[in-house]
Amino acid sequence: MVGHTQAADCTEVIRIRGVEKVFQVGEVLVQALRGIDLSIRQGEFVAIMGPSGSGKSTLLNILGCLDRPSSGEYFLGGEDVARMDDDVLSSVRGKRLGFIFQSYNLIPQLTVLENIQVPLIYQQEDLEEHRDRCIELGSLVGLSERLDHRPNQLSGGQQQRVAIARSLVNEPLMILADEPTGNLDSQTEIEVLGIINDLNKQGRTIVLVTHDEIVSHYAHRVIHMKDGLIDREVINEAQGVVS
Amino acid sequence: MISAHFLNTVQLGIKSLLVHKLRSGLTMLGIIFGVCSVIAMLAIGEGASFEAQERIKRLGSENIIINSIKPPEDNQQNASGNSFSVEYGITYKDVSRIQDTIPGVERVVPLRIIRENIRFDRNQESGQVIGTLPSYALVHNVDLVAGRFLTPTDEQFQRNVCVITEDLVRKLFPYQDPLKSSVRVKDSYYDVVGVVDETGSAEQRPQMGDSMGKAVDNNIYIPLSTARSRFGEMLVNRSSGSMSAERVELHRLIVRLTTPAAVISGERQIQHLLNHFHKKKDFELIVPLQLLREAEETKRMFNIVLGSIAAISLLVGGIGIMNIMLATVTERTREIGVRRALGAKRKDIIVQFLVETVVLSIGGGLIGVVFGIVVPLLVSWFADMKTIITAWSVLMAFGISGLTGIIFGIYPASQAAKLDPIDALRQE
Ligand SMILES: Nc1ncnc2c1ncn2[C@@H]1O[C@H](COP(=O)(O)OP(=O)(O)OP(=O)(O)O)[C@@H](O)[C@H]1O
Ligand SMILES: [Mg+2]
Repeated sequence: MVGHTQAADCTEVIRIRGVEKVFQVGEVLVQALRGIDLSIRQGEFVAIMGPSGSGKSTLLNILGCLDRPSSGEYFLGGEDVARMDDDVLSSVRGKRLGFIFQSYNLIPQLTVLENIQVPLIYQQEDLEEHRDRCIELGSLVGLSERLDHRPNQLSGGQQQRVAIARSLVNEPLMILADEPTGNLDSQTEIEVLGIINDLNKQGRTIVLVTHDEIVSHYAHRVIHMKDGLIDREVINEAQGVVS
Repeated sequence: MISAHFLNTVQLGIKSLLVHKLRSGLTMLGIIFGVCSVIAMLAIGEGASFEAQERIKRLGSENIIINSIKPPEDNQQNASGNSFSVEYGITYKDVSRIQDTIPGVERVVPLRIIRENIRFDRNQESGQVIGTLPSYALVHNVDLVAGRFLTPTDEQFQRNVCVITEDLVRKLFPYQDPLKSSVRVKDSYYDVVGVVDETGSAEQRPQMGDSMGKAVDNNIYIPLSTARSRFGEMLVNRSSGSMSAERVELHRLIVRLTTPAAVISGERQIQHLLNHFHKKKDFELIVPLQLLREAEETKRMFNIVLGSIAAISLLVGGIGIMNIMLATVTERTREIGVRRALGAKRKDIIVQFLVETVVLSIGGGLIGVVFGIVVPLLVSWFADMKTIITAWSVLMAFGISGLTGIIFGIYPASQAAKLDPIDALRQE
C-alpha cells in the first residue's frame, strides 16, 4: 500500500530519522524530541531509559503510531507512516503493534477474557473462533482461573498480565511497553519481565521504556535518552544480538 | 458474520450502560414518558373520536335533522314584557313542503318534544315526551329490547300507548314488568308497549342533562296524534317566577334522503325553502354527514396537536440522552484512547456510542410502549372512556424513539471519535 524506502532492510522493523516533536503549551513551545535516529531490527529487545522528561514516552508513542512526529521520517516495516491516514494507522496499531501501559488500561466493565478479546473486535474477527486461543493466552500469563473476573477484582500484577495477554491476541510484530512494571513490586516485576522476556525469546520485537536497571539484564540494547536526544547506546553482550 | 459482530457491539453497549443503572434508567425516563404519552393520548383521542363518529353515524348519514329554535329577537320581546306568548318553529306545512318539493327525499318524520315529569306509582323522573310517527323507526336506529314500537293503528286512534327507554325503565320500574304497566304524564296514563335502548344516541337526550351534569335518556315515545290532542300546541313554561307560553307545532324533523349525495344538495334546498317561508331564523339544520366530516377534520387537528406534543416530549427526551452521552464520553475518554490504541477506527468509536444511545432510546421506547398500552387500558377501566390503541401509533412512537437515539447520539459519538488516541489516553 505504501512504497518501500531506498534502504529497506528486510529485518528492520523500525527506522526513524531526524524525528522531532514539539508541543505547544499556550505560548510556550516544548521541544520533547530534538532529532532522533533509531533503527530496531526484527526480534530485538530494546530498552529505553533516561531521566524523567527526557522524551521516552513521547518517542514510544510515536513508535506506536499513537502520535505523529512534528518532523522527521518514520518507516514501520518499510512503510512510511507519515503517508498513512487515520484508519490505516488504526489497523496498524491493531494488527501489528501490541501495547502495554504503565497503568494497565483495561476496560473496567469487561471481564478478563473479554478484555483480551477487544483487539479482535476491531479486526472484524469472529470471537467464538478465537475463544480457545484467548483462553490459552489467559493461562500463558497465569490467569486461567480468573477469566471471568473484572479488572477491579485483580491485583496490579494480574491486571498487567491481562494487558500482556491482550497485546498478544492479534500476534503483533512488535510490543511497545511504557513502564509496564512501574506500578508493581519487585517480585511481581520480575514475573512480568519474565513473561515479556519469554515473548522475546519466541521472536517478538520488544521496545520497553523503564527507569529500572534490572531491565537492562533482559534487553539486547539499552538506549539512554537525555533532553530529547539519544545520549548513548549500550549493547548488552550477555544477551547477544539477534540478527 | 457482520450481524454477529453487530450483536457483539450491542452487547457491549448494554454492558456499558449497565455500569450506571440508575443513570441509564433516568435517561430513558424522558423517552419512556414521550412514547407512553404519544400512544396513550392517541388511544384516548382515537377512542373519543370513534365514539363521536358512532354517535353521528347513529343520527344517520343519510338524514338531515331540522330543529325548531327560539329566535333571539323573541327573547328580547319577552324581556320587555310586550308579548306573552311566542310562536316559532317548524310547522306541519313545512313537512309537506319538504316532502313535495325537495328531490331525493324518502320520508320526513316529525317529532314533538315536551319536557315533563314521567311517573309510575310513587316514582317520578323528569324526561321528554316525544310524539312521533311509526316511521321514526325507519329513519332512526331503534333497538327494541322488549315489546314493539308505535304502529299506524296507534297513530290513527290516538291511543294512549308509549314506548319507553331502558334507562327510564330502570328508574321507574325497579321491580315491575313495564310492559304490563302504564306511566303517567300530567293527568293521562300511557300503556307501555315497548322498551328501546338508546344509549349512545345523543340527539334524543335532553340538552341540560341531570343534576350531575351527566346526560340521561329519559324518553317516552307516544303517537304524534296522541301528543297533539293531549298537549296541544301551546306549551306553558313557568320558570323563575314569570310565566311564558310558546306555540310550537313541531320540534324536530328528520328528513331521510335516498343517497348521501342527495344530502349535500338537499341541505341547501331545504335551507332555501325554509328561509323563504320563515321570516325569523327559528330553525336549524343538522347534517350528520357534515358533522362526520367535521369530526374527521377535528380528529386530524387533534392528531397534529398530539404530534407536536409528541415531537416536543421526544425532543426533550433526546436532549436528555445527548446530555448524558456527552458526559459519558468525557468520563470514558481514557477507554476511548485504549480502544483506539488497540485498533479501533474512528468509525468503530462512533458506532459504539451510537449503539449505546440507540439502545437507551429503544429500551426507553419499548418500556414506553408497554406503559402506552397499559395506561389507556387503565383509563378505559377506571374512567369508563373508550380508548383505541392503534398499531400505527405504537409503531410510530417506537420508530421515532429509535430515530431520536440516532439523531441525538451522533453529536456525542462524533465528539468521542474526534479525540486523538494519544490525547484520549493521557486523560485521567
Ligand atoms: N501533551 C504534551 N503537551 C505538552 N508537553 C508535553 C506533552 N507530552 C509531553 N510533554 C513534554 O515533553 C517532555 C517529554 O515528556 P515525556 O512524557 O516523553 O517524558 P518521559 O521521558 O516519558 O518522562 P517520565 O519518565 O516522567 O515518564 C516533557 O517536558 C513533557 O513536559
Ligand atoms: Mg513517560
